[in-house]
Amino acid sequence: MSAPFDLNDDSVVVIVGSGAGGGTLGTELALKGIKVVILEAGQRHNMEDFINNEWDSFAQLAWTDMRTTSGSWRVHKNFPNLPAWIVKAVGGSSVHWAGASLRLQEHEFKTHSTYGGLEGANLLDWPITLKDLEPWYAKAEDRMGVTRTNGIPGLPGNNNFKVFEAGAKKIGYKEVSTGRMAINSEPRADRGSCQQIGFCFQGCKSGAKWSTLIAEIPRGEATGNLEVRPQSMVQKIEHDASGKATGVVYVDKDGKTQRQKARIVAVAGNSIESPRLLLNSASNMFPDGLANSSGQVGRNYMRHMTGSVYAVFDKPVHMYRGTTMAGIVRDEAGFDTKRGFVGGYEMETLSLGLPFMAAFLDPGGWGRSFTSAMDGYVNMAGLWIVGEDMPQETNRVTLNTGVKDQYGLPVADVHFDDHANDVAMRSHAYKQGTAMYEAVGAVRAMPTPPYPSTHNLGTNRMSEKPRDGVVNKHGQTHDIPNLFVSDGSQFTTGGAENPTLTIVALALRQADFIAGEMSKKTI
Amino acid sequence: MPTLIDRRGPSRRAVLGGIGAAGALMVSGAAVLNPREAWGLEVSALKPETMRTLIVMARDIYPHDRVPDRFYAIAVKPYEAAAAKDPATKTLIEEGVVTLDTLAKAKHGTAYADLGWEDQRVAVVKQIEGGAFFEKVRSGLVVGLYNQEEVWPIFGYEGSSADKGGYIDRGFNDLAWL
Ligand SMILES: Cc1cc2nc3c(=O)[nH]c(=O)nc-3n(C[C@H](O)[C@H](O)[C@H](O)COP(=O)(O)OP(=O)(O)OC[C@H]3O[C@@H](n4cnc5c(N)ncnc54)[C@H](O)[C@@H]3O)c2cc1C
Ligand code: SF4
Repeated sequence: MSAPFDLNDDSVVVIVGSGAGGGTLGTELALKGIKVVILEAGQRHNMEDFINNEWDSFAQLAWTDMRTTSGSWRVHKNFPNLPAWIVKAVGGSSVHWAGASLRLQEHEFKTHSTYGGLEGANLLDWPITLKDLEPWYAKAEDRMGVTRTNGIPGLPGNNNFKVFEAGAKKIGYKEVSTGRMAINSEPRADRGSCQQIGFCFQGCKSGAKWSTLIAEIPRGEATGNLEVRPQSMVQKIEHDASGKATGVVYVDKDGKTQRQKARIVAVAGNSIESPRLLLNSASNMFPDGLANSSGQVGRNYMRHMTGSVYAVFDKPVHMYRGTTMAGIVRDEAGFDTKRGFVGGYEMETLSLGLPFMAAFLDPGGWGRSFTSAMDGYVNMAGLWIVGEDMPQETNRVTLNTGVKDQYGLPVADVHFDDHANDVAMRSHAYKQGTAMYEAVGAVRAMPTPPYPSTHNLGTNRMSEKPRDGVVNKHGQTHDIPNLFVSDGSQFTTGGAENPTLTIVALALRQADFIAGEMSKKTI
Repeated sequence: MPTLIDRRGPSRRAVLGGIGAAGALMVSGAAVLNPREAWGLEVSALKPETMRTLIVMARDIYPHDRVPDRFYAIAVKPYEAAAAKDPATKTLIEEGVVTLDTLAKAKHGTAYADLGWEDQRVAVVKQIEGGAFFEKVRSGLVVGLYNQEEVWPIFGYEGSSADKGGYIDRGFNDLAWL
């Protein structure tokens, strides 16, 4: 069904990346009758090929091209070449994701005004408000089949949730549920309901979980307007003498360099690759990289304040059975500086299988303290903390010219230091998570450090004024009108919520904008 | 145990270096044997004593009393092939083991693997913690030990589930003790 477009067809919209942002944008444009080529660095897998084994699945799906790290974050020490745990495959990280789908809160679009100046934090208000985004949130929720919206029932709670819920209620939390999940609790949109397989991160084999791979791209392809080219790694965006983008150079599946012309280019390679691509596209006219007149490309890298609490009980939990992340406490998500920090956080159920638990419980740890915890695996419950981290100019994706990838291009270096606010929030969350579990009899609680980043945000941020950021409120770069950013790197600030619903809502909104501008012939 | 030589009892009398940690692990010819668990592991690139020490060290790093030696042996067995292929790896490992033994002998007059108490051995391992040899062995174990499917049931992890229909009818919410 896919529509092969000519390399010289300069009427197409070229999208780099097929994940939550790019896959949604491409499909939505195709549904509107616009011709789209999505270039995706990774392979295309079928749902049936996903593997119920953490390391094998990691080898199948994860982005393992070379990257480097720096800064004081522990990831730099324990996983120096794996700053992020994200996907290189058609569908992007929406293949890995757990499905938690939350709207940002009103004040989270206005952090500069709400939190005030905070030393070291490069806070800025979004150029849009919650109200502006509400219609697209609604559309995204419907499209993704988010539970507890559109009359869709919540998912049933698994064992991990039962412990989580009981603990949360015991210490007085009120907003506890199996959350809003883009996982079918009943058959919907030609996809069946959750079979409680428990390998949501490994690409759902039942199709209950929304991903661009199974729920968007096939719809787009069916229109005849969308072509997805897997194993196509974009190296550079090109422009003409007037500074307009003209197309991209990529390496195809056979290792051949190709040039795809374009009317519009949209970058959606996730927050590490997107700025890298803009920086690697530097030219005489744009010596600091494309769309970088503000100098903000790659800066303000955010990864959410995260951490986990695992707790061992004296009886079995089998936390790994069933939906990985269907469980949330929202009581700490609001803005309340009495806790000693700005911003808020969510607590969500989480489990890892034994192999990943060994790798992530206490990276580098060994000896009886570590192994006795592992011995308690079957009696373990777990939660993940996700909160707003502060954008900092020095937290940054840069080109590491000393290290080249398999194509000979400088790799991305990801530099990260926690802000004092992140640290204060994390210790509060560790305390609360521990209290929840101790309230229902945990014999041992383990505050577990952040994993390689799953939420990567902010490196091409939206701003009202061109000098403060990279893109405007439609994700259109301030500098180049036919160059867009369509992924989480647009986020001005991160909010406390898992980002993907917002990424999808922004992509749907951007599709309307692009279609409108195309028909007005302004781009 | 596909990756080990399965010997139902050693055919020859094995030479045992002592009665320490190595416990049932003995060296015979070019092999490390564990008669109790009925397996043997032949080596050629590495010295058999080295392989035996690696197995002991693996357990000292990630001690699980319910996990039999053979899983530790499977976890460190790849160093034999790595040493055969790469002289630098071979040197790193052989020299690492010599260091462990030197440190152990200086303090206790006994090779590392023959020290009787885990605490004594761990104190020796602590002295090389963070070094290249230690890190290689430790980080290799994270996957080499915990990613063995046969180990999972010991920890109560059930592994792959889609092929069994998920947990929808297999206890995803069977917890009743709360
Ligand atoms: C384990 C895990 C669990 C998660 N759970 C949740 C959750 O419950 N809720 C939530 O909201 N979010 C969750 N996330 C985050 C979510 O997956 C991301 O926010 C989202 O997928 C990001 O969308 P994106 O479009 O920015 O990038 P991606 O979805 O990562 O897509 C980027 C794509 O671009 C491709 N690409 C990159 N560079 C190039 C190039 N130069 N040329 C061609 N292609 C390129 C990549 O291969 C990739 O396929 C989770 C993530 C992980 C890893
Ligand atoms: S638990 Fe549900 S969503 Fe997760 S992998 Fe299984 S069927 Fe898919």
